[in-house]
Amino acid sequence: MRVEGKGLVDRERPVSFRFDGRDYQGFAGDTLASALLANDVRMVARSFKYHRPRGVMTAGSEEPNALIALGQGAAQEPNLRATTVELHEGLWARSQNRWPTLGLDLLAVNDLFAPVLGAGFYYKTFMWPRAFWERVYEPVIRRAAGLGGLSGAAALDRYERAFAHCDLLVIGGGSAGLMAARAAAEAGADVILAEEDTRLGGRLLAESEEVDGVPGVAWVEEIAAELAAMPNVRIMTRMAVTGAYDQGTYGALERLAPDVAERAHAPKGCFWRIVARRTVLAAGALERPVAFAGNDRPGVMMAGAVRAYLNRWGVVPGQSTVVFGNNDSAHRTVADLQEAGVHVAALVDSRHYARCDLDVPFYPGAHVCGTAGRRGLEAVTIATPAGETRIAAECLAVSGGWNPSMHLACHMGARPAWDADRLAFLPPEDAVPGQRAAGAAAGEFSTRACLESGLAEGLRAVRDLGLKQPEMSVPSAGHAAYDIFPLWQVPGKGRAWLDFQNDVTVKDVDLAARENFRSVEHMKRYTTQGMAPDQGKNSNVNALAVLADATGRGIPETGTTTFRPPYVPVPIAAMGAGAKGKGFAPERLTTSHAESVARGAPMIEAGLWYRPSYFPRKGEHTWRQSCDREVAMVRNAVGVCDVSTLGKIDIQGPDAARFLDFVYTNTFSTLKEGRVRYGLMLREDGHVMDDGTCARLGESHYLMTTTTAAAGQVMRHLEFVAQVLRPDWDVRMVSVTEEWAQFAVAGPQARDLLNGLLDAPIDDAGFPFMACGAVGVGGVAGRLFWISFSGEHAYEIAVPARYGAALFRELVARAEAMGGGAYGMEALNVLRIEKGFITHAEIHGRVTAYDIGMQGMMSGKKNFIGKAAASRVGLMDPERERLVGLKPVGAVKELLPGAHLFDESAEAVSANDQGYITSACYSPTLGHVIGQAFLRRGPERIGERVRMVDHLRGSETVCEVTGVVQYDPDGGRLRG
Amino acid sequence: MVELQAESPGEGRLPVTAGDLRLSEVVRERMTWLAPYKGQAAALSEAMQAAHGMGWPKAGRMTGRKGARAMWFGRDMALLIGPEPDPGLAAHAALVDQSDAWAVLALEGPGAPEVLARLCPLDLRDQVFKRGHVARTEVAHMAGAIARMGADNWRIMVFRSMAGTLIHEVETAMRRVAARRNSPREGADRAHHLP
Repeated sequence: MRVEGKGLVDRERPVSFRFDGRDYQGFAGDTLASALLANDVRMVARSFKYHRPRGVMTAGSEEPNALIALGQGAAQEPNLRATTVELHEGLWARSQNRWPTLGLDLLAVNDLFAPVLGAGFYYKTFMWPRAFWERVYEPVIRRAAGLGGLSGAAALDRYERAFAHCDLLVIGGGSAGLMAARAAAEAGADVILAEEDTRLGGRLLAESEEVDGVPGVAWVEEIAAELAAMPNVRIMTRMAVTGAYDQGTYGALERLAPDVAERAHAPKGCFWRIVARRTVLAAGALERPVAFAGNDRPGVMMAGAVRAYLNRWGVVPGQSTVVFGNNDSAHRTVADLQEAGVHVAALVDSRHYARCDLDVPFYPGAHVCGTAGRRGLEAVTIATPAGETRIAAECLAVSGGWNPSMHLACHMGARPAWDADRLAFLPPEDAVPGQRAAGAAAGEFSTRACLESGLAEGLRAVRDLGLKQPEMSVPSAGHAAYDIFPLWQVPGKGRAWLDFQNDVTVKDVDLAARENFRSVEHMKRYTTQGMAPDQGKNSNVNALAVLADATGRGIPETGTTTFRPPYVPVPIAAMGAGAKGKGFAPERLTTSHAESVARGAPMIEAGLWYRPSYFPRKGEHTWRQSCDREVAMVRNAVGVCDVSTLGKIDIQGPDAARFLDFVYTNTFSTLKEGRVRYGLMLREDGHVMDDGTCARLGESHYLMTTTTAAAGQVMRHLEFVAQVLRPDWDVRMVSVTEEWAQFAVAGPQARDLLNGLLDAPIDDAGFPFMACGAVGVGGVAGRLFWISFSGEHAYEIAVPARYGAALFRELVARAEAMGGGAYGMEALNVLRIEKGFITHAEIHGRVTAYDIGMQGMMSGKKNFIGKAAASRVGLMDPERERLVGLKPVGAVKELLPGAHLFDESAEAVSANDQGYITSACYSPTLGHVIGQAFLRRGPERIGERVRMVDHLRGSETVCEVTGVVQYDPDGGRLRG
Repeated sequence: MVELQAESPGEGRLPVTAGDLRLSEVVRERMTWLAPYKGQAAALSEAMQAAHGMGWPKAGRMTGRKGARAMWFGRDMALLIGPEPDPGLAAHAALVDQSDAWAVLALEGPGAPEVLARLCPLDLRDQVFKRGHVARTEVAHMAGAIARMGADNWRIMVFRSMAGTLIHEVETAMRRVAARRNSPREGADRAHHLP
């Protein structure tokens, strides 16, 4: 319920929302949790395993109980903490892990079986039969236990990713963080102040105390306004820093304010990568509970959270409150509640020496040992030295002390150090380079100490950054000593919870210890302690203290589990923002793309490129019909194909010729200007890297072409050779793949077509086979090459890319007028298989020049990369699988790439393997299926028969071994 | 005689605007790749100065002015942007025409750095990446370049074939940034959420 006159919510701005189908009202500035408490909704969730009623327990992102779901369908977001969900008009929230409803959850029957459902229950129970593990047990268990679910629909792309850079990153905008940020900002440093909450202030928003003689909130507003006015400060609220990584890099999840996120095109959140030269970790501390019987009942809350709900949101969770603790946080809670006129029924202080000057029933040296109430707290039982007492209460505020939030100091593997006075783990120093902790995160638990520590670390960062330290003083503030007495668990019957989110109790940890899971890491995995989405933020320390007790060791010897990112749950949709659909990978489109698509060509991906598969014409119903027609077109008339995707590298310099001699197996220094030569390139290990043509454009000017697939690899290789192997040579190179649009014009009428287009016609004498040179196309300076990948009289013509689209349209129109047209990748592939040319289907990385019958291209007169390795005996062994052609001669007339070859009479097992098929197609020119294959002693077996067996696709046929070149072996057509 | 019509990389898709942000295409600029031969860097710089009025740029920098610039473009290489290169430069360097190889987009308007922060991991803060700075970098998972021509005036370059992807990515980021910035309640937001 609301308390008049308290809190920072805007009572002029009521907000309507819905939870589990019922309408409620809260105020602007509320969280879903504070609004539910204001409406006396105490039970908001069911627990993970036992389906026990659960209520709001904390006021921050560490909340273990109040998990809810928002949104419908693809927009559904499960497991959101009600304590961090900003209330906004029209918010619809639902509870999770209950069936059929939160009030009547039939799976609560699990709670009755709790005695047998302890840690390790599954491992011990669901052992037989083995076949049931995945098919029966797991689905049943998953249905009975769990958190919220995903919708099953693909997530809406409502996130974005971004980078930020700063001199100083301050993580946490409480008293320490504000002081650190201000000190650095005054010194002129570029500061990012990241605050997980919707507003700055940290605990100062939750407490009732003065700073610098004014209320804490007023002091925060003053500092925040100063910072906001400084151009070198970036205040980023709603920003949870989730991980610390190398080189001062931090991951952070930003949630946008609901009203901003609702705008058209606005993201819902942003995953940031922040690079900072220095970092101050001022993430504060989390209050820890105490393990006692029934400590999970709705109404049992952290004392600090009770103060936060009262002071920040003007809400109290019940008419009557009992406060229980082992430190002064309990007393402070009583004082705040009483000041607000809320009835406090008892103050139970486990410290036997404690004194109390408040007007409240006071029980020093006592413990809360039990609770009662069906769907919410109704009474607590107190164990005093004099005996047990039962007191009616709707709220029990508990404080077991504070745990500094030093997770981000431990993300690089360092372990925190135990402080026996403060009973807390403190952040290890210098465990993340450039990062230091300040304030409560460093174990400073008074406001004055936090302000001092924040200023000191801010100034230290200023010094480290090489800036002049500004004059700043520490404001006056409360400076009470932190007095705490060990209290982890209250002995007694009944289940006492440690990990509320995963339903792990003291009994489970004891059992783990008894069954010899004594290491904290083993205990964690056996009991699932700390493995829920909250990652044990408020339970890990308690659990290891209980484990320490159970194993007779101290807390420091027991140690902590490993801290790993993320600090708060991060939707995968945020980390992968944008990486779907068009954002999945860049698209490389040729200049002919639009025209090809307009002609109905299906596009296939070649790396990042998109290339036309075939160009369907009216009346063609299958790709084969189009492909066969396109092949015939090239063989009988003329075809046009965009080959711009092939890599083109411009190479110049006095040493260009010998550079090429060094990277190619064959010689290019002897190539005449204005001529093109086919070249083969090996890797250092003697295997084929790539092939292509290389043209000599001038005395010291070459133009290399690579395959589409290996363009990047070859460029990298050439750079490596130039920079590392032969830095003494003067050679310069640059990719011109994108500068030129290049088209193959292939077929008997290729020259006729071109002569109708070129500014000056060509003939055999002036432009012979394998010639290259400058041409004009309608006044545009282009390049022409007489080269062929189809086996026909063919040219490749290149123009600056801006003219690519126009030239392609022109070429295709003219080809069509001559009985030809555009052809795609399918026809291109058939044409080259007929002619016995290779692609990366053949030079797949494991073959040598010898394997593809090109050992003759390995020059004996010079050295080249890969020569030594390629000359090894094993790489020149006739027994190797070597390239041949194939045609089926059995009953089944098909060849399948990937199928293996065997001797006709041999059993088709791997020991008898003779080779494999790399490419196959139907040849419309030859009228039957043809293929290329690697076959043991292949070239020696031409005319023999082998058996193709495809175990995967269940196909088998007899084939005849042929030469690689199955069409026009003499090359008469090629030369026109 | 055939007449070939020129098309720019972003033909028909630009400009686009979002809020005060504007993305447009820089077209018809002559771009020549220059790479000095061994020991020729100083001579090339002098020749450039004499012919085009700008010297060889240091790494990550541009020289010259509007209409005739030299933009550092990697190890021992630069782009001469604007003029037809003086033939004399070829005595000192390899020259290659790259006018058609790159899509060159201009991003302008307040908030442009916020757009770039969604595309590129570089530190582009005012005091770090100033007017006249250029970097070869990752732009939305593409190898590209970013240059700062003025306070709110940037160039983004990727290979011509990826122009469509670049426009899509920049436009998406522009809309996101504009949606965050152009708030009818900006003042109220700040007052409420950043006390």
